[in-house]
Amino acid sequence: MSEQAVETTPPAPASAGAALEVRGVTKRFGAIVVLRGVDLVLRQGEVLGLVGDNGAGKSTLVKILCGFHQQDSGDVLVGGERVRFHSVEDARGHGIETVYQDLALIPQLPVYQNLFLGHELTRMGPLRLLDKRRMRNLSRQYLDEIRVRVPSIDAEAEQLSGGQRQAVAVARAVRAAPKILLLDEPLAAMGARESLLIIELVKDLAASGRVSIIVIDHNYAHLFELCDRINVLQGGRITTDQLVHETSLETLTELMVSSYRRELDEISDDGA
Amino acid sequence: MTSGAPAPPAAPAGHPPGQQRPHPSLGHRVLRLFLYQRELTPILITAGLFVYFAIRAGSTFTDQLSLSSAAGYAGPIGAIAVGEVLLLVLAEIDLSAGQVFLFSAWVNWWLYSEGLPVWLSMSLALVVCCGVGAINGLITVRLNVPSFVTTLAMNFILYGLVLIYSNYTQASPVPLSQYASPNGHVSFAGQVFGVWQWSEILWVVAIAIVAHLLLTRTRFGVRIIATGGNLVGAAEAGVPVRRVKVWAFVLCSFLAGLVGLVDAVKYGSLDPGNFGVDYILYAVGACVIGGTALTGGRGTVIGAFIGAILIGILEDGLTLIGVSTNDFFVWVGVVIIFAMALNVQFDRLIARSRAA
Repeated sequence: MSEQAVETTPPAPASAGAALEVRGVTKRFGAIVVLRGVDLVLRQGEVLGLVGDNGAGKSTLVKILCGFHQQDSGDVLVGGERVRFHSVEDARGHGIETVYQDLALIPQLPVYQNLFLGHELTRMGPLRLLDKRRMRNLSRQYLDEIRVRVPSIDAEAEQLSGGQRQAVAVARAVRAAPKILLLDEPLAAMGARESLLIIELVKDLAASGRVSIIVIDHNYAHLFELCDRINVLQGGRITTDQLVHETSLETLTELMVSSYRRELDEISDDGA
Repeated sequence: MTSGAPAPPAAPAGHPPGQQRPHPSLGHRVLRLFLYQRELTPILITAGLFVYFAIRAGSTFTDQLSLSSAAGYAGPIGAIAVGEVLLLVLAEIDLSAGQVFLFSAWVNWWLYSEGLPVWLSMSLALVVCCGVGAINGLITVRLNVPSFVTTLAMNFILYGLVLIYSNYTQASPVPLSQYASPNGHVSFAGQVFGVWQWSEILWVVAIAIVAHLLLTRTRFGVRIIATGGNLVGAAEAGVPVRRVKVWAFVLCSFLAGLVGLVDAVKYGSLDPGNFGVDYILYAVGACVIGGTALTGGRGTVIGAFIGAILIGILEDGLTLIGVSTNDFFVWVGVVIIFAMALNVQFDRLIARSRAA
């Protein structure tokens, strides 16, 4: 039903100041409908939290936004322009970078080589000798600039703490100067001090106007610390859209539970 | 919450303020040195063995004949181990490199027998070796066949080809007669390509240095480590992981084939019954002794070379002090297990030394 509704709607003008807009996106895998028309707006320079239970469609939505999956219907707009991603590279080309939880770094390589991985600076032409000095200097400069601290630029990623690794992974994604950054559970398995490091980094990045950020997590407390706004994904739709400073953890939880009940009722009605 | 007190700008995790890291003691620094310079342990063991045999066997061990025979054992193992390390760092393996080492000289001989000049037959033999490596690599990354299986099969195929096309008769490798100049002296090229007793081991030293620089100083090297250390992460960062793997297989075959040509000249005969697996098992052993784990992401070319030297000295030395060759195998086994256990412990220590 919502699928048809979306297809017949003429494309409306983009919301002002939206870095990313998702309109009526649907996705099904075989008989299972995962997304039933997702509408979402990421404003310029904001940190948007996306929360939902397992199976709510969170990861499917993210995989569509980073180009891994393609939606069945609906639109994705980047900076007001309608786009359709056919691959992860495609999404990257439109300025969308994704940081997957703890998967990004090479444990055996030093921090500075991790930062330049895939874009290594070389000298002596076809010999492609690594320009270690230049990569070191630029890495140090860059990490200082975005206030990421590591014990040493030469420390292997394996020797870093979880928080430091996550910070370096985010730093690398941001180095590609994306417009939009997708962070998948950036605070997972992290102590308080560690979390603080990432929270500061993410807020700094957003405040500097470098990027607009979507944080995906199933932990509400994390999102309350990190985000300006929280969207709740339930049963394949956004059911709640709240500014963090206008709501509380309790209110949000209540909203979620009540809409969850409503959903359960609908299902039992359908079944009757 | 969001507009609350701004956190101090400097809040680096792992370095709580006022809690300075203790200055590392001497013992700590020595341990770190051994942890991160994996070649150090096999170098010390090799040196120890050298001294031991020099004392036990005296000048019979340290004379030129003995040392060149140790180098003779170490040469083929080292040549194969140097290329093999690159694949082990990639978390792959090439079990056919030993057979490529032998196959290369046969191809050279067959082409030369067809009337090609020796420089051309040698070059084409190396091209064939690269082709074998490319096939190994492409089957592994395109058909998703584990490289252990791909190269095991390739080993049998090459062995079979040698048996078929040699009619199971021995041959003398081309160059010796070619390299002799009219006045009976062997030409410079002949000396370089195997006639001079030290030429093979010097080739191995040369390729070890080149491969070491490749792994530690070039973009290709970083990409090998990245691909072997975290395949998914490397691919996401834009490393062409499949291409890196295929080139590493090509390089491994090329290096084995190159020194294989030299080795054939050195020994002056080709035996179709030689089985490459004999070499490859020593070579993988040399890599392990040298400090390369088989888990990918870590490895040292210099270590693999040292490992080959260690095996060479062990074989030569045990023979000279009158220990039977059967004991040699027991010793090689013991050293390999010891080295691997040490590697695993070192890795655990590195993991435990994480900040946090």
